[in-house]
Amino acid sequence: MADRVIYAMYDDEEILKDGAKELVAKGVKVEEVFSPFPIHGIDPIIGVEETRLGIFAFIYGLIGLTLATYGMWFFMISDWPMNIGGKPSGSYLDNMLAFIPITFEFTVLCAAHGMAITYLIANRTLPGMKASNPDPRTTDDKFVMELRTSQNTQFSEDELEAMVKSTGIIELEQKDI
Amino acid sequence: MEFKVSKKENRFTLTLIVIGVLFTAIGIMTTYSGDHFLTRLLTNGLINSFFFFAIAIGALFFLALQYATETGWYAAVKRVIEAIMGYLPYGIGFMVLIFFVITIKDGAHIYGWMEPEVLDPKSPHFDEMIHMKSTYLNKPFFWIRTVVYLGIYLLFWRGFRNRSLEEDKIGGTEIHFKNYRKGAVFLVFFAVFSSTSSWDWIMSIDVHWFSTLFGWYTFAGIWCSSMTVLVILTLYLKKRGYLPKVNDSHIHDIGKWVFATSFLWSYLWFSQYMLIWYANIGEEVIYFMMRIEHYPFLYFGMFMVNFIFPMLLLMSRDAKRHAGTLTVIGIIILLGHWMDVYVMVSGGSLGANAHIGFLEIGMLILMAGIFIRVILHNLTKSPMTPVNHPFLDESIHHEI
Repeated sequence: MADRVIYAMYDDEEILKDGAKELVAKGVKVEEVFSPFPIHGIDPIIGVEETRLGIFAFIYGLIGLTLATYGMWFFMISDWPMNIGGKPSGSYLDNMLAFIPITFEFTVLCAAHGMAITYLIANRTLPGMKASNPDPRTTDDKFVMELRTSQNTQFSEDELEAMVKSTGIIELEQKDI
Repeated sequence: MEFKVSKKENRFTLTLIVIGVLFTAIGIMTTYSGDHFLTRLLTNGLINSFFFFAIAIGALFFLALQYATETGWYAAVKRVIEAIMGYLPYGIGFMVLIFFVITIKDGAHIYGWMEPEVLDPKSPHFDEMIHMKSTYLNKPFFWIRTVVYLGIYLLFWRGFRNRSLEEDKIGGTEIHFKNYRKGAVFLVFFAVFSSTSSWDWIMSIDVHWFSTLFGWYTFAGIWCSSMTVLVILTLYLKKRGYLPKVNDSHIHDIGKWVFATSFLWSYLWFSQYMLIWYANIGEEVIYFMMRIEHYPFLYFGMFMVNFIFPMLLLMSRDAKRHAGTLTVIGIIILLGHWMDVYVMVSGGSLGANAHIGFLEIGMLILMAGIFIRVILHNLTKSPMTPVNHPFLDESIHHEI
């Protein structure tokens, strides 16, 4: 089935928010909102799923922790036993205090980098990727709301358009995809 | 909305006080004839006076921090913070009392530097290290410093509390800007005093030992205990229906404070421990040798309780919004920080002879009863939500 996308442009995020609230109350599904900055409180209105980035950060952190622990055990205890602070005990547990700062740093490093890269991939905004926003002005001072006819089959295209127009938009655009 | 202490709460605090007195009495009777009785009694007095005084001073610090940073979200729980810091005069009373008795008893083996014979070169107990420190650590100067700290805390406490009540009546922004300036001034005083007072009151128990991190370490424990009490009290009052303006986001934010200050405390605990372990200098490691040898379970146990526990259980967003989780973790962390103070004080004064019995538990329950009673009584003195706080509207619409 051919899908039509309606792009409604606003020049104020508060008007967009009110418009989205109104549309959602009528049963319209808003697919996406493009904006130059995060709009506070838009997520629950259009029903964006809660992010799972935090869980990923935890997993990356655990990987960092494991790698750092294994690495330092291998370098400092197993492969070439080091005399740490005048206490040549040759045991990881006895020397653990010396390893904790680096373990901590490496955990943070892995969690932070892993999270940033995951974020870029999930949003398809890695350097060199093609931009997916419908209008370059959404990176400046305009806000765009995206609706799809396939997700709002209970309304006809004209009904949908009329409803969107009543919410204080400044421009409307339609596109087949 | 005005708070009223219910019959149940009255009965609860009274029960705590009665059980506390009973346990303390049993403890005193069973240990009276033994060795170290006076030291043990005063050690416990110092631990519990300091622990609850610290929670109140932590609340005062937290309020000053909110004023100085012109924070908005906290306005809905401001009266809860004020109720906790309202224990301050009582806490100061207990502190002065215990210091007074210790001074009369020449240190009672708690403050070794108060004993006259360690300063007498002819005495067999003459201690050259204490003698060198005696220009700073002596009775008159100790009292001058203590009075200055407590006096200044009390002055700021009165100022903040009076202006807060005044604001309810007249409103406007003049009081807000005055609080802003006074908050900043308080933080300057507190930055110095929180360090020096912990040297004087706690670090000087281990008179031969010193650590430049000690002030921060104690302060982090104070802050964390305070935030824990704040979250438990806020959740309780919200459940009773007294804080209709407090929403999940406020609870989440205070939960974050508990989480963050637990990390701050753990960070400082570790920093102090690791640096001394690494350097391995005899006069420094003695502090940890004593505690690890005689309090292995408490010393590492409280680190687990105060660090691993909140880290794993409070990490997720949902846990910081869940009343049951926060209350249970809060009570356990609070006990963990009591153990921290116990090990800090007892390790120096009683050393190998310390153990937890009726006296220790009794005095903790007794002081906890008094503390809760005072806080609940403080809540009745003012409306539960500030009326004219300039950031009240922002706080009511707080959403994260």
